[in-house]
Amino acid sequence: MQKYSVFSLVKNAFTNHENWEVAWKDPEPKKEYDVIIVGGGGHGLATAYYLAKEHGITNVAILEKGWIGGGNVGRNTTILRSNYMFDSNAHFYEFGMKLWETLSQELNYNVMYSPRGIINLAHSDAQMNAYARRGNSMRLNGIDAILLGRDDLKKMIPFADFSETCRFPIHGGLMQPRGGTARHDAVAWGYARQADSMGVDIIQNCEVTGFDVNNGKIEGVQTSRGNIKTKKVGLCVAGSTTLLADMLNMRLPIEAHVLQACVSEPVKPLLHNVVTFGAGHFYCSQSDKGEMVMGGDLDGYNSYAQRGNMPMIQHVLTGGLAVFPNFSRLKMLRTWGGIMDMSMDGSPIIDKTHIEGVYLNCGWCYGGFKATPSSGFVFAHTIAQDQVHELNSDFNLERFHTGKIIDEKGVGPKPWIG
Amino acid sequence: MLEIKCPYCGKRSQNEFSYGGDASIKRPQLGEEISTEDWDNFVYYRDNPRGKHSELWHHVSGCRQWFKVSRDTATHEIFDTCKMNEDFNV
Repeated sequence: MQKYSVFSLVKNAFTNHENWEVAWKDPEPKKEYDVIIVGGGGHGLATAYYLAKEHGITNVAILEKGWIGGGNVGRNTTILRSNYMFDSNAHFYEFGMKLWETLSQELNYNVMYSPRGIINLAHSDAQMNAYARRGNSMRLNGIDAILLGRDDLKKMIPFADFSETCRFPIHGGLMQPRGGTARHDAVAWGYARQADSMGVDIIQNCEVTGFDVNNGKIEGVQTSRGNIKTKKVGLCVAGSTTLLADMLNMRLPIEAHVLQACVSEPVKPLLHNVVTFGAGHFYCSQSDKGEMVMGGDLDGYNSYAQRGNMPMIQHVLTGGLAVFPNFSRLKMLRTWGGIMDMSMDGSPIIDKTHIEGVYLNCGWCYGGFKATPSSGFVFAHTIAQDQVHELNSDFNLERFHTGKIIDEKGVGPKPWIG
Repeated sequence: MLEIKCPYCGKRSQNEFSYGGDASIKRPQLGEEISTEDWDNFVYYRDNPRGKHSELWHHVSGCRQWFKVSRDTATHEIFDTCKMNEDFNV
């Protein structure tokens, strides 16, 4: 594989950049693989990469119905954080944060990791207390957290509404300085390129249409490009998980919901952090191109359509204007939607299943992007060793029967209630 | 914008309604032997089809009645709505 560096950039400039190697190949599916990963999104690509790198398993295929990076890894708002209170989440996402910090070097691909800090605004004394508690929990787990006062925030986001009479006055906030953003497409492409270089076959336009299960063991996968034999299958298909689980007669504690995001026209640098509004559904960061990248909450009804409706966009932006009134002058550039695999406690499922050789990675709700490296790492371990890694041992399917659920948000099994 | 036909009030915009999820879930009968698995299924496990979905909606900013909607989760097309004690025609 050609190494990307300033020297290769200069060298290729002499030939008008016409002789770069392809970043990943376009192979025909083989008859048999050791491991098949269904879903060529961030998690699937990362899983294949860590299977090859950490476990030496390179006879791997990634089957992608569309094109790699065309689903949620290309549709999210690119935020990275590990500001969780519960130990299971804190340990898992903090492990991921450490991978993010060196990911560009590891992949030899600039994922534009930008630790610009994520600030959760608080609008009441009670919320400040809750954030102080969360911040303390984070610090006990070795995660950075700073409690900010109103005066600190006036310096950081002076254009926010700090008037005394506004409906939701800003009391302060909780900040994770190492939180931030990364370029989502680059993450998918970086993992794809490295996985490909180690022998993984990335097979696009290949839809899984069925599974060959015999005596409780997986034997192969039926696809739109023929049948492929394998002993292990990892499902990394986010919002489409139920559709595959139905083929395996597996009922899952998951509902598919559409989540929208939007970007404004690009403007000069204004917002230097990721900021979440604490009294409504709105968060925002400014992309390197200058666009305000904004998101909020689910449209609120089951959906497999990768597009949403205007009422939720209006609701989200109403919240946005409450905290950043000057955004009312921005023009909207585009809106889009992605399908979230909403689990019933808001936490992911990374586990073995009742079928030998079938492994499940789903339930990411609206937080899958930041988990891309850590999810890939522990899922690769789960598949390669046929046992869960200690970091995903709590993210099991069994918890919906044992009652040991991880309900960080505490809304109960109704994912559309935000 | 969804346009939802409340069986009591007629067609109204989506803004007047809130969602109540899968309409096929049945609470286990009280007074009978109920396994923990039955309870788990009732609380956590839902139908999640891509296509026709039977679901509950609440006309919260209107007549405040709950009712059933048959809707396509892939196209958002609404096939039919009916009262809680009725069945869909379509």
